[in-house]
Amino acid sequence: MSAMTIGARPIEILLVEDTTDEAEWTIEALRDGRVRNRVHWVEDGEEALAFLRRQGRHAAAPRPDLILLDLHLPRLSGQEVLAEIKEHPQWKRIPVVIMTSSSDEKDILMAYDRHANCYVTKPINMDKFMEAVRSIEDFWLTIVHLPAA
Amino acid sequence: MPQPATGPRQVLLVEDDPDDADLMLEALGEGALALPAVLVKDGEQAIAYLRRQGPYAAAPRPGLILLDLHMPRMNGHEVLAEINRDEALRRIPVVVLTATDNEKALLDAYDLHANCCVRKPADQEQFALVVQKIERFWLRFNQGPP
Repeated sequence: MSAMTIGARPIEILLVEDTTDEAEWTIEALRDGRVRNRVHWVEDGEEALAFLRRQGRHAAAPRPDLILLDLHLPRLSGQEVLAEIKEHPQWKRIPVVIMTSSSDEKDILMAYDRHANCYVTKPINMDKFMEAVRSIEDFWLTIVHLPAA
Repeated sequence: MPQPATGPRQVLLVEDDPDDADLMLEALGEGALALPAVLVKDGEQAIAYLRRQGPYAAAPRPGLILLDLHMPRMNGHEVLAEINRDEALRRIPVVVLTATDNEKALLDAYDLHANCCVRKPADQEQFALVVQKIERFWLRFNQGPP
């Protein structure tokens, strides 16, 4: 399956973000992108895992094609979510884009050690934030061959 | 826009097809960052370069590796496995750039922790554009490992 050949269905994106403004900016920037996508927004790490496990209100959740993951999250941190995803046989191939305000070396190293697919630092300014999201869309949704399950 | 913490780094191209290699080097040279790129022609050379062996004793650690899959001597999957086994190399982002339409080969690359897989377009202009998009995302927006 490729971003270029999914064709008939939208690309399913799981957005894990506890800051409402940033989630809304992300959704808006992705909505304006060239590739049809559907964003599923959850606000903490536990809910991200519930979405992947199709638990509770996420019983009909699709398998995401791409995960945008904040690191500093309530209940279960982004690093813990990342570790769960990359150790799970059915989820480990799903590309995980870390989107965080942290440029702390320890966070970056830990994310790569846990096989984050990439690490994007969120700009504070809204225009630059949306430019960063569009760069993710322009790369991950238009040219990357997203792995099939 | 955030800049990579460690400043611009070199791109290592691992590509045995001279036409593809020329096109990629040209596209990277014309890209917004015009970063230095180094070409090696098979998997064994790639590993020697990364480990600074033989003629590569003074090689810098690349900030990004663009890796073909089908190559002589050591193929792209073997290079990925070798990089993963090596603690000094395993964090370097690897973008697999391949002409293959074999889904299993791409899934195997993801299982070996390629950061992503990109198919080479047959059209040369499209191919150059794809290379520039790779450069733009990985070297301008992505925060590489320090």
